[in-house]
Amino acid sequence: MTTLLYGFIYLSLITFLIACVVRAVRYARLPVNLRWELYPVPHEDARRAGYGGSYFENLDWWTKPTHANRLGELKAMAAEILFLHAMYRHNRKLWLWSYPFHLGLYVLIATAVAAAAALPIAPLAGILGCVLVMAGTAGLLVHRIGDRELRNYSAPMDYFNLCFFFATAACLVLAHGPGPVEVARALLTFNTGLSIPALEAVAMAMAALLIAYIPMTHMAHFIGKYFAWHAIRWGDQPSRDDRSAAGRLAGYLAFKPSWSATHIGADGATPWSEIVTKNPTASIPEGAKSK
Amino acid sequence: MSPKDLARTDRAPLLQLTNDDLMPLPAPLDSPAKDEPWHSLAERTVAACECTLDNTCAVNIPRPKSRQEEEELVRSFLAGLEKLFSKENNWTFLKPLLLTMEHCTRCQTCSDACHIFEASGRSEIYRPTFRAEVMRRLYFKHVKGGGLISAWQHGDIELNWPLVARLIELSYRCNLCRRCAQVCPIGADNGLVAHELRKLFSQEMGIAPKEIHANGSMLQLKTGSSTGMNSAVVKDNVSFIDEDTAERTGLTVETPWDVEGADVLLLHNAGEIMAWPENPGAFAVILNAAGIKWTLSSELAGYDAINYGLWYDDVQFARVALKHAEIARKLKVKKIVIGECGHAHKALSVIADRILTGDLNVPRESCMTLLRDIVMSGRLELDPTRNEFPVTLHDPCNMVRLMGVVEPQREIIRKICPEFREMEPHGVDNYCCGGGSGFAIMSGNNFPDWRFHVSGRKKLQQVLDAFGECLDPETPKYLCAPCSNCKGQLRDLLAYYDMWEKHRILYGGLVELIVNAMTDVKPGFIEWEWH
Repeated sequence: MTTLLYGFIYLSLITFLIACVVRAVRYARLPVNLRWELYPVPHEDARRAGYGGSYFENLDWWTKPTHANRLGELKAMAAEILFLHAMYRHNRKLWLWSYPFHLGLYVLIATAVAAAAALPIAPLAGILGCVLVMAGTAGLLVHRIGDRELRNYSAPMDYFNLCFFFATAACLVLAHGPGPVEVARALLTFNTGLSIPALEAVAMAMAALLIAYIPMTHMAHFIGKYFAWHAIRWGDQPSRDDRSAAGRLAGYLAFKPSWSATHIGADGATPWSEIVTKNPTASIPEGAKSK
Repeated sequence: MSPKDLARTDRAPLLQLTNDDLMPLPAPLDSPAKDEPWHSLAERTVAACECTLDNTCAVNIPRPKSRQEEEELVRSFLAGLEKLFSKENNWTFLKPLLLTMEHCTRCQTCSDACHIFEASGRSEIYRPTFRAEVMRRLYFKHVKGGGLISAWQHGDIELNWPLVARLIELSYRCNLCRRCAQVCPIGADNGLVAHELRKLFSQEMGIAPKEIHANGSMLQLKTGSSTGMNSAVVKDNVSFIDEDTAERTGLTVETPWDVEGADVLLLHNAGEIMAWPENPGAFAVILNAAGIKWTLSSELAGYDAINYGLWYDDVQFARVALKHAEIARKLKVKKIVIGECGHAHKALSVIADRILTGDLNVPRESCMTLLRDIVMSGRLELDPTRNEFPVTLHDPCNMVRLMGVVEPQREIIRKICPEFREMEPHGVDNYCCGGGSGFAIMSGNNFPDWRFHVSGRKKLQQVLDAFGECLDPETPKYLCAPCSNCKGQLRDLLAYYDMWEKHRILYGGLVELIVNAMTDVKPGFIEWEWH
């Protein structure tokens, strides 16, 4: 049974990693979108980033040295990852529950590392992490059920996910048996001789299942967020500074769209490069322009 | 009201707003009774068009004559939906669209940021996530082929013609200001969802408001300008503006045309030439006085900076952007400077950047930056006391939140307007004027009522607050809006609420304030008359 449990845990971890990589690669391989940034952009110089200015404020900006303020970007990322700053600023009542939940997850990740390193703080950290997750998910669940605006847009999965987290954390707290250090050592050495009580085994299996499940859902927003922020919101690099821009664009312009509206003039065989250089008013009868 | 209600088959509108529903305004409009009445839709419009969203009609979608036609339209919608999620058809915005579809946690953080949702009294159909949730459910069900598990994960929705018809109108109840996206903790972009829906309707179904398509981008590609002016007419009109400006300023004013190798190709929104000739006139005065070698272009589309495709159609957008770049390349100008037009700023400087490669990537600059350099470098003799009246500044979303041009215009105003006061909030946190994404030029049926009562309400509140202590009509006040579309919306909004007659609130651009302060110009360039 223990062998099966260990196997399941390893399988879940591998599933998590593969699913995350697949998801990230899928987004990374999508065509580079047209620029669609939103200000403030934190890698602007500190003064401008403070009020949301951009390099477009410089006279003849293309003649000025481009300087990306990576420290500013790192600070913004740290505030976002560690404190959920955007939610703190714009939705404080939800942050009060979302933050303990996310903090609990961070503490549990730290617990896993501490346990693998056999640090004595691991058991206490594990309990703290679980309590934070339970408090956060309970608050979020009450909020989602009690608030009409949230309830109206919630799918059954949203409730299930919160319950799943709560139940897993609760089982981990209630389980009495070997602590995280022992479990980590046993897992790392595949020591199936460790005696694991039923409740703890169930808790471990639930945690493993949850880990594998996360990247299959919108809870993988830690991946999406990277692209949404770095590639889109903060994606302000001028194409004149991007040596790969021309080659990339040539590839996209070779795509053959099949949009059906008459003014587009697409037929699935004509490439974008031809379509966008055609003047639709030259060839389309007046009545066919739009409905 | 839930997203599923969009598929209701009865013909009753999902929402009918009254003044009692709306966000309260400050004095003098501090009770619903003091607000303007709404106009009902004409009976023939209700009979002929799909107006079942909110009893307002912006797009004039003809009612299908048969069940078969309805089914055909739904099939066309589905085909467009599929294309929206394919890289061959939508490489331009596929990545942000997918990220938005697949990661929203429905936390509703965006709702409080939306001026339309707030101004409507939090009417559910205008919530930023309402439209996005409908699209998300359609995406998982019809594009990802979801079944029962997908419905459990993402929610279910029925697809029928009433839903499509309402969704078409609903895609034109968002200003695309992206204030919602700015506050999203995940990075989802519900403004983009409205943008992508509009693209689907235009690029697949050939459906778009006539003001932005037939009379907008198509007319621009046909005659050179959405105003209908051809090259000869625009030259004639500008020549008249030169004469008029010379008379008003006491200076010699001449606008150069098609000067090869000029330092600056100035791109005006041609609406300025027709509706606010003092604006291009003021530009000419400033650039000539600063000794800048500049030119206008008389090529097709070269004298109109507008690019309405930005709001609803990527192909139309690319066609116009390429024309602008090609004109600048042929003229061998050192840079393009975009006049006081917010969407033209973003279209050519930001959104078009990745399609302009090689020698088509002519440097593009905001006029705010150039004007700041001229004013702050002391090349003009300026007397701020000529601008001694309350001034506030409207931030065009496209220029500020979506492009980061925030301070240059403020530096100028702080230097030449002693009674400047900010609206709150301002800068990148500003509110849209309510005319963004084409609304400023959309005036069909009773849409203007909606545009003034709802999408423009937050801006009106800000203006009244900014001038709160000097609303007395004895004090003339200037609302500076350095963007043609914003000016169009503010002109109509202020007129609707009689703000000029009752409170002497005038609107105008930034260059008018600069010329008004120039000491070698006859005093009184700004005429305190409603226009």
